Amino acid sequence: MTSLDLLNPGSTARLVSIGGDRAFRCRLMELGLLPGTLVRLVRRVDVGGVLEVEVRGCRLSVRHGEARHVAVEAGA
Amino acid sequence: MTTPAASPTLATRRVAIAGNPNTGKTTLFNRLTGLSAKVGNYPGVTVESESGEVKLARSGVVTVVDVPGTYSLTARSAEEQIAIQAVCGLHPLERPDAVVLVVDATQLTRNLYLALQIIETDIPLVIALNMVDMLGELGQEIDAAALERELGVRVVPISAQHGEGLDALRVALDEVLASPDRARPGPRWIPSDPRLRADVDAVARELPAIWKLDNPRRRDALALWALLSLDENDELPDAPAKLRETVLARRRAAAADGREIEAEIIQGRYAWIDQRAPKFLRQRASVRESRTDRVDRLLLHPALGFAVFLVVMGLVFQSLFSWADPLIGLIETAVGAVKEQVVSALPPGFFNDLVAEGLIEGVGSVIVFLPQILLLFFFIGVMEDSGYMARVAFLMDRLMKSIGLHGRAFVPMMSGFACAVPAILATRTMERQRDRMLTMMVVPLMTCSARLPVYSLLIAALFPPDRIFGVLPVQGLLMVAMYVFSTLVALIVAAVLGRTLIKGKSVPLLLELPPYRLPHWPSVLAQMWRKTRVFLSEAGTVILACTVAMWLLLSFPRDAQIDERFDAQIAAVNSSLPAGEERDERIAALENERAGEALRSSYGGRLGHFIEPAVAPLGFDWKIGIGLLGAFAAREVFVSTMGVVYGIGEDVDEESVGLRQRIKQEAHADGRPIYTPLVGLALMVFFAIACQCMSTLAVVKRETRSWTWPTFLFVYTGALAWLLSFAVFQGGRLLGFG
Ligand SMILES: Nc1nc2c(ncn2[C@@H]2O[C@H](COP(=O)(O)OP(=O)(O)O)[C@@H](O)[C@H]2O)c(=O)[nH]1
Repeated sequence: MTSLDLLNPGSTARLVSIGGDRAFRCRLMELGLLPGTLVRLVRRVDVGGVLEVEVRGCRLSVRHGEARHVAVEAGA
Repeated sequence: MTTPAASPTLATRRVAIAGNPNTGKTTLFNRLTGLSAKVGNYPGVTVESESGEVKLARSGVVTVVDVPGTYSLTARSAEEQIAIQAVCGLHPLERPDAVVLVVDATQLTRNLYLALQIIETDIPLVIALNMVDMLGELGQEIDAAALERELGVRVVPISAQHGEGLDALRVALDEVLASPDRARPGPRWIPSDPRLRADVDAVARELPAIWKLDNPRRRDALALWALLSLDENDELPDAPAKLRETVLARRRAAAADGREIEAEIIQGRYAWIDQRAPKFLRQRASVRESRTDRVDRLLLHPALGFAVFLVVMGLVFQSLFSWADPLIGLIETAVGAVKEQVVSALPPGFFNDLVAEGLIEGVGSVIVFLPQILLLFFFIGVMEDSGYMARVAFLMDRLMKSIGLHGRAFVPMMSGFACAVPAILATRTMERQRDRMLTMMVVPLMTCSARLPVYSLLIAALFPPDRIFGVLPVQGLLMVAMYVFSTLVALIVAAVLGRTLIKGKSVPLLLELPPYRLPHWPSVLAQMWRKTRVFLSEAGTVILACTVAMWLLLSFPRDAQIDERFDAQIAAVNSSLPAGEERDERIAALENERAGEALRSSYGGRLGHFIEPAVAPLGFDWKIGIGLLGAFAAREVFVSTMGVVYGIGEDVDEESVGLRQRIKQEAHADGRPIYTPLVGLALMVFFAIACQCMSTLAVVKRETRSWTWPTFLFVYTGALAWLLSFAVFQGGRLLGFG
């Protein structure tokens, strides 16, 4: 198990759990990131300190620090 | 087609358009309402609301209102709460008769989450399945009839951009309004787990009666809303403390049991969606790399993306800074011409002056902002509509986060280099009230173009055109230094205010990166015009009133003695000299002197004397004090005010040799020069920081709907400007300069 910010760009993983702040957790879940959902790390944009992920056919940006709280199972 | 008028006893019915951000709500709204749309504000928050009218065959004219885009009805702040208020008609908003939910067909499952929430509230609903034109490209297929069966509400496939399916949508809406009960199928997902059911019931008992809980479905929906929304540090002023306590107690008890209420609710709804998705959604084998991916590979590239970003921002900046210039010049010329016409058409006297110098100048000082505002809103519209704005926020997030702001604050901050007025209007693209306020409080610190003439005048008059080491021009370096200085001050102030007075939790950045699309030009232009109209009608009136007030202050009372004396002198010149250049020059000089004396004896001039003790520690005298007052109308007016104060005439600019000479010659009673380079520096520092711009204050007033914020802005920038100028002047003197 690893966290979202450690995935290789282009790789897909299965979401295991979301930690961190309650508001953050709820918001991610309401956007459809639930245990079992497939997440793809599209790219890292280090200048902005953010990641782009794809979930349910939609692209989201998440900060590096926040993505650390998202546990995923790689190689799905 | 004849339309039976709605029964006159029935108030006009209201339909709310809701949906996730970027689903085409605005496009649909514009399509349905055409030009009837009006912009307003939701009560209590600075969130804009638009309303318009649509004519339906049976229901007649119906009012359509937009609901701010949201992924969910769950709220953590007053702004986010608008969605639930608008859909359920919670106090103080009116309850709509029906909701049109715009759903992005290309992201169906996520959009259906909001659909389930709205169905739970038991409000009559019709779904506009938008962007169906994109499905083929993405290899998706949606069976609208099957979706309709599962959801129990009408689903109308449309393409708002291409205007397809709109008639069917109108018919469906008409039917929903005629028989609303058929559009309230009851909740799809039901909290059936007995423990969760008990949580919902417990919370439902504490809901405030003002939320009209006559309907048990609605009560459940609001209880679920409270369970998701409330916590120790939500910013929801309307939620009763007792309700919050109950939610917190329930949450604690659940946690002790190893349950998480929020996860159960959210997962319950998504499980309902995901289980049924195969019935209405078919995804063909994965498609090749999309256009958006290819574009993003360039635009979000670590190096190239940044370069493109700089070019785009440079373009926006350049347009505000220099392309707007000829237009501004044109407006100024036109205003001048109208003024001349009026001056010659009306008999001389107070009324003439009031109309020409007060009213026409005042209108001029409002419309002079139009080129920059229109251009900035045009660029913002294009960036939003094409999807690039989200990328800008993405690229700038780290920088902006370090000063306690969001990536979206970047464009307004940068626009502040051109002019604070459009920049403050541009903060509307930020969702959080707190972020908007903080941005508005620091945007006026950016070096706007109106400060340039002042800097140019002072630098040219007081600093030598030397070069350091023979290459670096002192004057140019100073100009750059002023930009760097003001930007640093803005960043520091943002960081400090953001941690103290305008505190706010740093919110997680969860930005959607929408696919790139070609902007829809009619929408971009319509939005641009609508926002500009709000500026004209609301901020414009305040600016106009202030201009007239400034004029009164600087031209009254009129001293008849001065007039008589100069009239006599002019008459003497007239009779002693033959008509010709020399006589004209002498008369012009006398007129300028007269204007100078009139200004010095006006209320404004007396105020200059009055504030002299306050500005003397900064090295300024009362004449500079008058200039500072004049600059309140607009900073660049400082230059012409100084021209009048010194009796050189108001037709001076920063290039005027006469004015520069005069500034160098001004001396205290004991012969020491008033303007030393040190005083010049202190004055520039003062200009850099003080928000002495009534247009900016007027716009802040209009955007925040309160006098508190503009007052705060004026006071804090004034105090800071005074302190820093004081430090520069007195510090410089201690070090032996000046
Ligand atoms: N392809 C396509 N694009 C659309 C359609 N409707 C809207 N858009 C585009 O989607 C983007 C977002 O639309 P907008 O109305 O601003 O969405 P809002 O944020 O929900 O108000 C804009 O670029 C629109 O031009 C549609 O039916 N098809």
